[in-house]
Amino acid sequence: MAEIHLKSLAHSYSKNPSKPSDYAIREMDHVWEHGGAYALLGPSGCGKSTLLNIMSGLLSPANGQVLFDGVEVNHIPPEDRNIAQVFQFPVIYDSMTVFDNLAFPLRNMKTPEVKVQSRVHEIAEVLELTPLLKRNASNLTADEKQKISMGRGLVRSDVSAILFDEPLTVIDPQLKWKLRRKLKQIHEQFNITMVYVTHDQLEASTFAEKIAVMYEGQIVQFGTPRELFERPNHSFVGYFIGSPGMNLIEVQRSSLGVKFNNTQINLEPEMIKLLAQMPSNNLKIGIRPEFIHVWDEPNIDAYCCDLIHVEDLGTYKILNLTLDGQQLKVRLDEDRNVPKGKVYISFPEQWLLVYVDEFLVDTSAETKGVPHE
Amino acid sequence: MSLVLENIGYAVDGETYLSDVNLKLEPGSFNVLLGRTLAGKTSLMRLMAGLDKPTSGRIYMDGQDVTNIVVQERNISMVYQQFINYPNLTVRENIASPLRIAKTKESEITKRVNETAAILQIEPYLDRYPLELSGGQQQRTSMARALVKDASIILFDEPLVNLDYKLREELRSELRDLFTERNAIAVYATTEPNEAMALGGVTTLLHEGRIIQSGPATQVYRNPVNVEASKLFSEPAINLIPGRLSENEVTFDESVHFPLDHDLSKIKPGNYTFGVLPSHIGLVPNHDDDLELSMRMQLAEISGSETYMHVVNDHFDLILQVSGVISYHIGDPIKVYLPTHKLFVFDQAGNTIQTPSQRITR
Repeated sequence: MAEIHLKSLAHSYSKNPSKPSDYAIREMDHVWEHGGAYALLGPSGCGKSTLLNIMSGLLSPANGQVLFDGVEVNHIPPEDRNIAQVFQFPVIYDSMTVFDNLAFPLRNMKTPEVKVQSRVHEIAEVLELTPLLKRNASNLTADEKQKISMGRGLVRSDVSAILFDEPLTVIDPQLKWKLRRKLKQIHEQFNITMVYVTHDQLEASTFAEKIAVMYEGQIVQFGTPRELFERPNHSFVGYFIGSPGMNLIEVQRSSLGVKFNNTQINLEPEMIKLLAQMPSNNLKIGIRPEFIHVWDEPNIDAYCCDLIHVEDLGTYKILNLTLDGQQLKVRLDEDRNVPKGKVYISFPEQWLLVYVDEFLVDTSAETKGVPHE
Repeated sequence: MSLVLENIGYAVDGETYLSDVNLKLEPGSFNVLLGRTLAGKTSLMRLMAGLDKPTSGRIYMDGQDVTNIVVQERNISMVYQQFINYPNLTVRENIASPLRIAKTKESEITKRVNETAAILQIEPYLDRYPLELSGGQQQRTSMARALVKDASIILFDEPLVNLDYKLREELRSELRDLFTERNAIAVYATTEPNEAMALGGVTTLLHEGRIIQSGPATQVYRNPVNVEASKLFSEPAINLIPGRLSENEVTFDESVHFPLDHDLSKIKPGNYTFGVLPSHIGLVPNHDDDLELSMRMQLAEISGSETYMHVVNDHFDLILQVSGVISYHIGDPIKVYLPTHKLFVFDQAGNTIQTPSQRITR
C-alpha cells in the first residue's frame, strides 16, 4: 500500500526565500492515490525533478510533510522508503547475469533462495526477459537493460511505489511504443502506485490515468489526458499540451462578453456575470486549433481572417491567420480545401474558454472535467 | 549561389557511406535531408561544407569546381546537434566571433549582432555567458552565430533534437521565416518526417547512403517512389499489408476480400503490398467503399492532441492516427474502417504502382 501525500509542501534552494520565484516548489497539497498510474509533466526547470527527489527521499523538503500512508517520511532515507526508482539510463550490474541482477534486491534482504527463484522467474515472465536470464547483462540492448531496471523494482514485494524519471530516453524510437505498452500492462497487473516524470506530453498521456502538470513550481492542473486537452485549467496547460498549443488572446470586458481591438466576442450571461465579480483585468480567451470552425463559404456571422501561411503537414494543415491583428492557428483536415485569401471562422461555444489570471473560469460545477469514456 | 553534387561517393577504410549522390541545390532554397540514423546525412553535409573530401564525384558552387577547396575557403556556416558555444565568451561575443575573424568593422559588428539577436529573441541575454542560459537559448546563440555572417550555405545537423517539443515547434517556424528573406542555401538534416513536413521546402530522402527521392515536401509525401520512401516519410509509419490482386478483387493476407474499383482494376493481377496511412483509417465509416475490420486494441498512445492507436487481428496489425484524446484498454475489441480508395499499391520489388493522389475514384 502506498498513498503519497505531499502536505503543505514547499521547497527552496535559497537560504532566505522571500518571493514566490525563490521557491522551486511553491506551497502545494497533493495526493497520489494508492495504485494509480500518474505522470508529473512539465518543461525543464519547472520543479518536477525537485519534487521527484523529495518523494524518493534524496531531498528533504524545506516546508511541509511527505506522508506515505499517513506516516511522515521527511527524514527517512531513500533505501528505507519502499520505493523503487527507474532512471533515464539503465542502472544494472554489467558483471552479473540478468537473473542475478533481478535477484540482487531480494538477496540483499536475505530472502530465502527458493523464494528468490520463484519471484525472479515470475517477474522475468511478465517483462519477457525469461530467454535472457542466463545471459550476461553487459551485452544487452538499451530496452532490455531498462526492463531489468524495472524488474529490479518489481521483484521486491515490499515495494509499493515506483518512480520513473524519463525512462525511455535511451530507447530506440521504434521500440518505445512496445515498452510503453509493457509499462501499462505492468501497472494493470501489479497493485503499485506509479509516478512517471517527464517533459514529453506523449510519454505522460500514454502512460498515465491522471497527469499533474507542473509550471513554475506549482501543479497547475491534475487531470486526465482528455481533460488537459479539452479543458486546460491554466493557460500554460493550453499552451504546453497539444501541437500546436491553444490559441490564447488577451481581451477586455465588454457588455456582451469580451473584446480585443474592434472584435467583439459574445459570451453566455452567466460567464459575463462571473467575470464582473472578478477584480483582475488579466483576461484571456483560449481555443484550440482543432476546435475552430472553418466555413467553406463567406459567412456574415463568422469572423473574417487573413490567411498568412499554410503549413501542410500531410495528415492535416495548420492555417496561420490574423484576426483583427491577432494571430491564430487553425487545424484543417487533409480532405478540406484551403480557402484563398480570406478565411471565415467561428468559435464553437463549447470550446471557447475564458482565463482570468491564467486560470480557467468555470461557470458551473458540472462542466468541470469532461466525463470519461 | 547554387550547389551541385555530381556522382558523389564517399568511403572510409573500405566502408561506404555515400554512393551515387546527385543533387542540385538552388539559390535561396530550403532543403531538408530526411533519413534514419546512419543514413549518411552528416557525411553528406560534411562534404558540402568541405570538412571531408568525396572519394569520387565533383562538387560545384556557382558552376565552379570546389571539390578540393577546404572549409575555411568556402563561405559556410554549420549548426550542430550539441549546443556548441565558447563558454568563456558572452553571448554577444559568441555571435560576433565569425565577424571578428572576417575583420568586420566594429560598428558593423554591433549592428549585425543586434539584428541577429533580435530575430532569434536572445537580445536580453547578450551580456550573459552561454552556460547561464537554458538549452533553447544556448541553441539560439549557436544559430545566431551561424546566421550572423552572410554565409552562402548554412548547414543544420539535427539542431533541435536535444530540445523539448515546444521549443522545437517555435524554433522550427522561426527558422523557416528566417530563410524566406535570404538568398543563402539552407540544408537541414533530420530523422523526423513531421519536422521535414513542417519546414517545407525541398525534401531529399536518404537511405543507406543513397538518395531515394527528392522534391517538394508535400509532393514526395503524397507520391513516394517506393515503399522505403513512404516508410521514411510517414510518422507513425504507413501500414503495409501483403495481399493479392485478382481479376475482380483484392485479398489481404488470405483473410479480407473487397472488389476492385476503377483504379485498382487497371493493375495487372498478382501479389502486391498495400499501404494505408495511419491518418486515413477511421473509427467510423466515411465512404461506401470503406472496409470494416474487427481488431483488438494493443495500445493507445496519446500525443496530447492526437491518439495513435495500435490495433491487431490474427493476420496483421495497424496503426491509426486520430485527432483528439481517445482512451481504450489493452485488449478491447474495436472496429476500424479502412478506405480502399486511399490505398498505396507497391509491387514485389517495392516500387510504387499507385498512390491515392493519382487515383480518380476519390
